[in-house]
Formats: sequence, structure tokens, C-alpha cells
Amino acid sequence: MNREYEVAGAAAAAAVEAPIEPSIEPAPCLEMRNLSLRYAKTRQALNKIRLTIPRQRVTALIGPSGCGKTSLLRCFNRLNDLVDDCVVTGRIRLEGKNIYSSKIDVTELRRRVGMVFQKPNPFPKSIYENVAFGLRIRGINSRRRLDETVQESLEAAALWDEVKDRLHRSALELSGGQQQRLVIARTLAVEPEVLLLDESASALDPISTLKIEELITGLKKNYTIVIVTHNLQQAARVSDYTAFMYMGNMVEFDTTARIFTNPVKRQTEDYITGRYG
Amino acid sequence: MNGGVSGWYRSGAPWIWLVAGAVAVCLAMVFGLLLLLGARGMGHFWPKPVLQANYLAVDPPVIVIGEIADSATVDAGQLRFSAVGAQLDGGRVERQLLKLGNRDITGSDFAWILPALLDEVAYPQQLVTLERREWGNFYGFLSGIQQNGEAVAASSAPAAERTDALWPELQRRLNRARQLRGEIERIERSIIADIDFGAEDLRPREMRLLELNRQIQRDSAIFRIAGGAEVELPVADIVRAYRPNAMNRFEAMGTYLARLFEFLTDDPRESNTEGGLLPAIYGTAMMVLLMSVLVTPLGVVAAVYLSEYAPKGWLTRVIRISVNNLAGVPSIVYGMFGLGFFIYLAGGEIDRLFYSESLPAPTFGTPGLLWASLTLALLTLPVVIVATEEGLANIPASLREGSLALGATKFETLWRVVLPLARPSMLTGLILAVARAAGEVAPLMLVGVVKLAPALPLNTEFPYLHLEQQFMHLGYYVYDLATQSPNVEAAMPQAFAAAFLLVAVVAALNLSAVVMRGRLRERYKALDAGAWS
Repeated sequence: MNREYEVAGAAAAAAVEAPIEPSIEPAPCLEMRNLSLRYAKTRQALNKIRLTIPRQRVTALIGPSGCGKTSLLRCFNRLNDLVDDCVVTGRIRLEGKNIYSSKIDVTELRRRVGMVFQKPNPFPKSIYENVAFGLRIRGINSRRRLDETVQESLEAAALWDEVKDRLHRSALELSGGQQQRLVIARTLAVEPEVLLLDESASALDPISTLKIEELITGLKKNYTIVIVTHNLQQAARVSDYTAFMYMGNMVEFDTTARIFTNPVKRQTEDYITGRYG
Repeated sequence: MNGGVSGWYRSGAPWIWLVAGAVAVCLAMVFGLLLLLGARGMGHFWPKPVLQANYLAVDPPVIVIGEIADSATVDAGQLRFSAVGAQLDGGRVERQLLKLGNRDITGSDFAWILPALLDEVAYPQQLVTLERREWGNFYGFLSGIQQNGEAVAASSAPAAERTDALWPELQRRLNRARQLRGEIERIERSIIADIDFGAEDLRPREMRLLELNRQIQRDSAIFRIAGGAEVELPVADIVRAYRPNAMNRFEAMGTYLARLFEFLTDDPRESNTEGGLLPAIYGTAMMVLLMSVLVTPLGVVAAVYLSEYAPKGWLTRVIRISVNNLAGVPSIVYGMFGLGFFIYLAGGEIDRLFYSESLPAPTFGTPGLLWASLTLALLTLPVVIVATEEGLANIPASLREGSLALGATKFETLWRVVLPLARPSMLTGLILAVARAAGEVAPLMLVGVVKLAPALPLNTEFPYLHLEQQFMHLGYYVYDLATQSPNVEAAMPQAFAAAFLLVAVVAALNLSAVVMRGRLRERYKALDAGAWS
């Protein structure tokens, strides 16, 4: 018990002093400075996060449950706005523009920053209409345009071959893994720049997980990808950069290779070697 | 150590027995009610045998002809002061209600008799039952047919066999009268429709009507009733004639179906105690439909605001509690409100603005279909709101987030994802609303339902939907027959049949909505599988 408290305290101190950052070679896509988030009356969920996510790379956020990974992810597309008593301070810049500025159009931001959730959440519509949803809410109803986009998106999500003969059947008939790829296709259809995956493979069987991982690797050529995962092997396999978070603090951020082979912080090492509660 | 009783108690078996018993009681009540209504109501249309007997209770004995309508066991003491009282020596006696018919001739068409005092009971094949346009049933032997006052098909056969000989002739003339009646009604309807426009020349049709009315009076039939008197009846007044004692099962079935069909499709006769109740079925259905059209959008919109947009503060809580409490307000209060607000205030204002030329005769400022539907819409609004709100709250947050994360606005998410998913709960609300509205009587008496209104609220006359018209309603029809009828015995079976029909209509409405909801649920079944909720 006591030891845990000490570790937590040390982590907080370290985070405030100097978050460790690798030298980012690719251009930055998302930059956070002094980002704090608290749920009013309850608790501080994020504490002065400083993080720069590189463009067209896969960045993994790891850390024990409740460390703020998902809260952080949901700041990137301002989905936290939906939570009534959630207060965000500090700055997040997407391609140099502050996304918490009053001038930003939140729906446009969410189109640019797509998100895939832990459990597949296809709409109770046909496969086709699921993928076309994002276009239809933008007023695009041209049959040809929709057909093209649906096919491209499903191909990009490696699902086309499995569903091309039953595009107009209910999406709920698909298996969990297929549903998750459908949700990815649905997100790709609106041409986002950033893709957020919130433990998107954790509810799937190993084969479906593998397919999603292959998909992530393929997609990073065109998209900046941020994944949250509890699965350290997965983080090691698919990500280029890894950030370790603990108790709302950014403990360490570096290339995945260095985090997993030669972490600077003791806490990081404890966590990735499994010596951690 | 752990005794059998204690183990039995701990296993929960007593509770299972208790709850199963509660379910059994509920089922018994539901099926008992349906059985009672079905048997008493639907049995009414079966042609009953007609008996002829000597009744010894009076001196000299009289001949009675009639059908047994009911029976009861009573204490002999009750009958002490009646004509037959002296002949009873205590204990309990059975007595029967005999439907004697011939109300226009004898004055009373029902009598309680003691079956023990019936003598020479017979069921003569020649006995005829007549259903008439006025004065209720008639029982007697057919003894002659007249055309323009002169006897036709005169038969020299003995009186008992004369019925057989004249029977086909009577049926032929009945058919003729029926056709003429149909034509008369058609012409009357077309004249009424055209009077409103006043454009067409009605003269030829009126002449034709006079001619037809003269023709239909041509035939009459002579019957010998109980006691031997001969009675002449115009054939035009006879709705149906049959010989119940001479029928086999198939013929009886035919008559049964014909009477059932008449019940469902005809206008009422004899202050609702005979004939059909089409206007009541039609009025109930129209009112419920109109109410659904009014209450669904209003209730859904209110529920969407309360559950999606209203700020979560004490004011919203107060509104929600008020809405829930509205569901518990006695319905007669809604009737008073409808009368005061809708009819006198809103209706009166409409009359002043748009129908001022016909004042002081009110057009909308009087009870009518529109106001009854509005009142019931108000009455059922809380049900729809509560059910819809519950449905909206049950839509998984992950679906909303999925839509928002694609860049949909809150409204687009609501419109394209949430509302379609909430449709089954909206239907549930509507089912409950319809079931309540269809069975409601008290408020309707104040805002538009009447005992007799043969004109249907939706018909072929311009402007087709008559919102200002008063209408008939099944629930009120039952109430009126059961408690307000001048001829209680005659009204009773009709009231049971109408009650059964009301239950059937409500059940059919419910069932269709349940099936529709089931279909919708089927489509979203995978959502409920619990993978994410």
C-alpha cells in the first residue's frame, strides 16, 4: 500500500518537472500543452499533459486502468464536451490550430478526427448505410458518389471481400470483428486526418485482433493513428511511439522500441515488465 | 436437523407457489370475463327454440308462446304476494324469464314464470319468429298473406299446416320488400346529400320515393298469436322471419351468421336494443385514430425535449413529476376540462370567427368528434411521454457517440440514430394510450358521445370528415344499454355482445401494435444482446 503511494507521488513529481519527449522527426500533428481535465466535484483526470503526436505514425497510449488514457483520447475530438461536468484547460493544437478555440466547428473537427470505440457500435442499419452515414449527414446523396466511397472505405478497412454480396443486409448480422472493421470503414468514409482507436481490439477474438492490427499498420501511410491499449504486446507490435501514463500524468513518451527496451523511468519499466499492480 | 419444512421454506418454494398463484388468479379473471362476455353476448344471436304451453298459474290457464331468455333461483318468500304465491310451500324455486314478444299487442314482452306450472309444453314446427323494425320480436303462426288487402295463396289446409304452405310465399314477399327498402334508402341518402348543395332538381327522385313507399306497403301477413287472436302485420316492417323449431343446425347457423353480420354492419333499432352497432364501432375507431394522430407527435416531441434538450435542473424534475401525475388524474376531470376549455372557449371562439352566420346555433362550440379526440389525446399524453422517454434513455450511449464521432450534430444523431431506435417504445406508449382511450367513457359523455347518431363521422358527403359531429362509442353504448335502457331485459344481451366487441376491438388494436413492435424489435435484436449497453 505505502509503496504504491510513494510511487504515485514520485510519478506526479516527475511529470510536473520534465516530461520526457523524443525528438520527433515527422511533423507534429497533435500538440498538447498544459492539458488538464477534471470532472467537477470528483477528481482530476488529467494533469498538465504535454505530448506531441507525430503525423502518419502510430502512437500508443498505455497505462493501468483509470490513468486517463481514454479521457485524453476523447479530448482530441472533443467528445468530452458531452459530459456535463467535465472541465478542460490548456491547449490542444491540431495542425497548429487550437481545437478548443470558440472559432472551431466541432462537427468538422470530429470529421477530421475519427474515433473507433472499444466495442463495435454499428448503427442498426444496412452495411451500406452504415458506411454512407457520414456522407449523408453532409448532404451527399448522389448514388454514384456513395457507391464509390462505400466500396473504397470497405476496401481500406479490409472488409469489402467479405461483405460485397450483402451490402444491404443488416450490419448487426456481422461478427464482432467484422463489425469493428465496418466501424473503421465508416470512420474512413468521411476522410479523416487522425484516427483514434480506443481499445478497439480488446473485445475481439485473437484472429479478429490480428486483422485489426494488420489494418492499423496498413492505414498509417495515410493517417495519423492514436491507439489506447491494455495489451502491451499489441502496443509493441503496431505502434511507432508509445506514451506511458499513470494517475493522470504523462510519465514517459518515446519511440516504442526505446520504451520497451530501455525505458528511462522506473515506473515505466515496472509497468512493461508486469511488476506493477 | 434441518427439518423438511425449513428446507422447503429456504428453497423459496412457498414464494414460487405464491407468485404462480397470483398469475393463476389473473388468468382466471381474464378468461372468466372473456368467457362470460362471449357466451352471453355471442350466444344472443343463435336462434332459440320457441315453446308453446299452458300456464296454470292463473285461472283459467292461458296459452303462452315465447323463448326462454334467462332463469334464476329465488326464495319462495319473495313470490308470496304474486299471483302464484299461494301455490308455493316455501323453500327455493326456479323461475324462468320468458320472452313473449308481441309488445305492441300485449303490452309487455317479458314475463317471469314458474316452469313447474307449465303444462303441455310443445315446440311446434310451424311457430314463426319475426324480427321487426319496431316493437321488437313477434311470435305466432302464419295464417294468411294479403296483397292490397285481398287474400292471396289462400289455403284450405287446416290451420296447423297452413304455415308450411304459405311460408315460401312469405319469404318471396319479404325479399321484394327488402329490395324496395334498399332502393328507398339509397334514394333518401342521395337526396340528403344533394339538399346541402341545393343545385340538382330533387323532384323526380321525390316522386320515385313516394311510389316506392306505396309499393312497399302492398303486402301484409296475418298471424295467429298465443290465445288465438289474428294480427295483421305489414311485410315491410319485418326484418327477418324464421321458424326456429323447424331449423336444422345448418339453417340455424345461417341465421346466426346473418344476425351477427347485421349486428356488426347495421344501424341500431329500438333505442339500441336491436339491430347493429356499426356507428358505434366506426365512431370508436375514428376517435381512437384521430387521438393517435394528435397525441403521438405531441408526446414524442415533448419526450424528446425533456430527455434530450431540457437542462437537468429542478425545473425539469418538477415538469417530469407533473407529467407523471397527470396520468393519475381521474378521467372525468379531463372531460370537464375538455368541455370548458375546448368546447366553450376554443369552439366558441372558432364559431365567432368562422361560423358567425349560423350563430347562435353552434357549429364547433358544441360537443363533437374533434373535441372528444383532443380530450382523450390530453388524457393519454403522459403515457406516451413516459414510454418514449424511457425508450430514449435506453438507447446505448455508444450509438450516440458513434454518430457524434462521425461529425453528426446532436439533432442529426437524434433524427437518424436515436429516434428510429426508440420507435418500439413509442409504439408501446401508443398501445397503452389506445387501450385506455378506446375503453374510456366518462369524459366522452361530456365532450361528444351520444346515444344515437347514425350519421358516420367519415362518409362520402363533403367535407368527408365531420369533426364537429357527435358520434357513437362502444363504451358509452354498453353503459347506455346496461343502465339507461327503458327495456332492460331486451337490452341485456345486446349490451353483453357490445361489451364483448369492445374488448375484442381493444385487444385487436393492442395485438396489432404488439406485432408491429415485435417486428421493430426483431430488427434491433442484436442490440439487446448486451454486448454494449
